[in-house]
Amino acid sequence: MTDIVQAGASNSRFDGSAAPILEARAINKTYGHVEALRGANFSAYAGEVVALVGDNGAGKSTLIKLLSGVAQPDSGQILFEGSPVHIGSPSAAQRLGIETVYQDLALAPDLDGAANIYLGREPLRSGVLGKLGVLDKRAMRDQTTRTFTDLGIGIRDPSAAVAYLSGGQRQGVAVARAALWASKVIIMDEPTAALGVVQSERVLDVVRRVRDRGLAVVLVSHNMPQVLSVADRIQVLRLGRRVATFSRVEATLESLVAAMTGALEQGDDS
Amino acid sequence: MSSVQNEPPEQADVSAPAALADGQSESPTLWQRVSATLFSSTSPLWIFIALVVIVAVFGVLRPSAFLSSFDIKTIFIDAAVVMMLSVGMTFVIITAGIDLSVGSVLVISGVLAAKVMIAAGGGAAHAATAGWGPIFAGIAVGLLVGLLWGVINGSLIALLGLPPLIVTLGTFGMALGLADVITGGVDVAGIPTKLGNTIGSGQVGPIPWLVLIAAVVTIVFGLILHMTRFGRYTYAIGSNPESARRAGINVNWHLIKVYALAGLLSGLGGVLSLAYFTTTTISGHATDNLTAIAAVVIGGTSLFGGRGTMFGTVVGVFIPVVLASGLVIMNVQSFWQQVVIGAILILAVYFDQLRRRARLRP
Repeated sequence: MTDIVQAGASNSRFDGSAAPILEARAINKTYGHVEALRGANFSAYAGEVVALVGDNGAGKSTLIKLLSGVAQPDSGQILFEGSPVHIGSPSAAQRLGIETVYQDLALAPDLDGAANIYLGREPLRSGVLGKLGVLDKRAMRDQTTRTFTDLGIGIRDPSAAVAYLSGGQRQGVAVARAALWASKVIIMDEPTAALGVVQSERVLDVVRRVRDRGLAVVLVSHNMPQVLSVADRIQVLRLGRRVATFSRVEATLESLVAAMTGALEQGDDS
Repeated sequence: MSSVQNEPPEQADVSAPAALADGQSESPTLWQRVSATLFSSTSPLWIFIALVVIVAVFGVLRPSAFLSSFDIKTIFIDAAVVMMLSVGMTFVIITAGIDLSVGSVLVISGVLAAKVMIAAGGGAAHAATAGWGPIFAGIAVGLLVGLLWGVINGSLIALLGLPPLIVTLGTFGMALGLADVITGGVDVAGIPTKLGNTIGSGQVGPIPWLVLIAAVVTIVFGLILHMTRFGRYTYAIGSNPESARRAGINVNWHLIKVYALAGLLSGLGGVLSLAYFTTTTISGHATDNLTAIAAVVIGGTSLFGGRGTMFGTVVGVFIPVVLASGLVIMNVQSFWQQVVIGAILILAVYFDQLRRRARLRP
C-alpha cells in the first residue's frame, strides 16, 4: 500500500488496510513495435468506483483487456484478492467474479435481453430434459426481468431482439449482464460514450448502486466531469504507465488534464 | 462449457427509482408492428400464407387430383430428401455460413453406402437378395462418410478461417469427383431389394417410411435448434461471433459441429435417396445445394446469420415441391415453377433486408 495518495483515508470502504481486490503490478505489454504498457500499476478496492483515465494511446484499453482476460501481459503480475493470478480468458475472469462491459457491449444483436444476459451460462431444465441440453427459458426470463427492475432498466419487451432496442437500453442489457454475474469486480469501458445526458446519468446511477453493493467498479471514461462526479478514486495513465492517483476530493479537472498531458508528474512508486 | 458458474451470485436487492432507458420514443408504429409480425424471420408468416394460398388455388382448380392422397403422398416423398439437406443448411446459414457441398456429399455417401451393401452382400450377383446386415453396414458407412465430410468442411472453416463459400465449393467438387472416380461415372445399381421395399417405398400404416424418417429428423432438429443450448449457441455465433467468444462459447468447436451435422444429414439424404431410387443418382444432385439454400432463405432465415426458424425451412421446402406438383396437374409447363421460385426467393431476401434496415442505429 504505497499509493501516493491514500485516497480512501476518509472513507471506511477502503481505508487502505485491506489488500486491493484487483491489482496490476509493473505490467508490460507490447503489440508489434508498440509498447502499449510500460510498467503499469493499477489497483481497485472493493466498494469503490475507480476511474481509469488517460489520453488516447495511454494504454487504458490494453490494461482493461489484461484485467478482463481478453489478452495476457508480457511481464508483470496481476493479483486478485492479494494473490497472483493468471487470467487466461474472459471465462477465467468470470470465474473469479470479474465481469466486463465492453465498449462495443459484446451483445448478440439478434438475441433478446435474457438470451444475451445468460449467453454462455444458460441454466438448463432439471432432469432428463436438462441432460439433453434443453434451456430453462422461464428461469432466464424471470431473473432477467428482476435484474432489469433492480437496476432500473426500462425495457418494455424482454423478448425483443437487442438490435431493436435503443442505445441506452442496449447499454442497460450489457450492464445488467455484468451486474448479475459479477461478485467482485465490474470493468466498464466507456459505458456512456454512446449515450445522451439523461441516459448517461442513469448508467452512473447503476454504477453507484453496484458499488454500494460492495463490488469494485473500474470505470474507463473520456468524460472528465463524469469521472469527477462518480469516481471515488482516479488513476491516470500516460504512455503506458500510471502517472498519478487522485482521491475524489483532491481531483480537479485541471489536475487530471495536467497529469494526462504530462504537465504534472506525480510519480508512481507502488 | 461446464466450468463456468451456472448460478448468478447472491445479491442484495437494490431499489431503482429511475428507468435506465428512455421510454417515450420506443413504441413502434402500427405499420412497424404489423410488418414485424408478418415479415420478420422469427415469424415467417407471410411465406406460410403464401404456401396456404398456393395449396388453396390448386385445391380449388383441381380438387380431385391435387388433394388426392396419392398426390399428397408424392409431394411429401419428393420433399423428404431435400428436407434433410435443408435442415442441416438451416443450422449452417444461422451461423452466417453456407454449405455448397451438400448435394455432392449426398452422392458420395450414397455411392459408398451402395458399394458396402454390395460388397457385404456377397458381390453384385448376390447383393440384391442380401439381408439387413449388409444394409445396415451400408447405411452406417453412408452416414459416417457424410459426417466426415462435414467435419472436414467445419475444420477448414473454423480452424483455418477460410470462407465457407470457398471451402464448400471446393469440397463440392471433390466429393462429386471422388464419386465419379470410385464408380467410373456409372451409377451403382443392384443394391439389396429389401432396402428399396422398406425404407424406399414401404409404409408404416398410411405413412411412407421416407416421410416418417424425414419428419422425425426435422422435428428433432427443430427442437434442438429452438430449445437447447446447442441451438442457442448457433444463433449467438451467427449474430456476433466475437460476443459469443467473449461469453465463453467455444466458437470453433461449435462451427465444426454445425458443419458436421449438415454433412451427417447429407449422408442420411444419400441413404434415403439410394433407398428410394434403388440406385445411386450421381448426376442428379448438382443443384441440390441451391435448392436447399433457396428453401432455407425463403423460410426467412437470414443469410447474414443469427435469425431463422425450422418451421420456415419446412415451408420453404414445400413451396417449390407443391408448385411443381400443382403445375403438372394443371397441365402447365412445370418449368414455370423455377420462375416463380426465383421471384419468391428474391422477395424473401428483400424482406430480410427491410427487417435489418428497421433496426435502430447504434
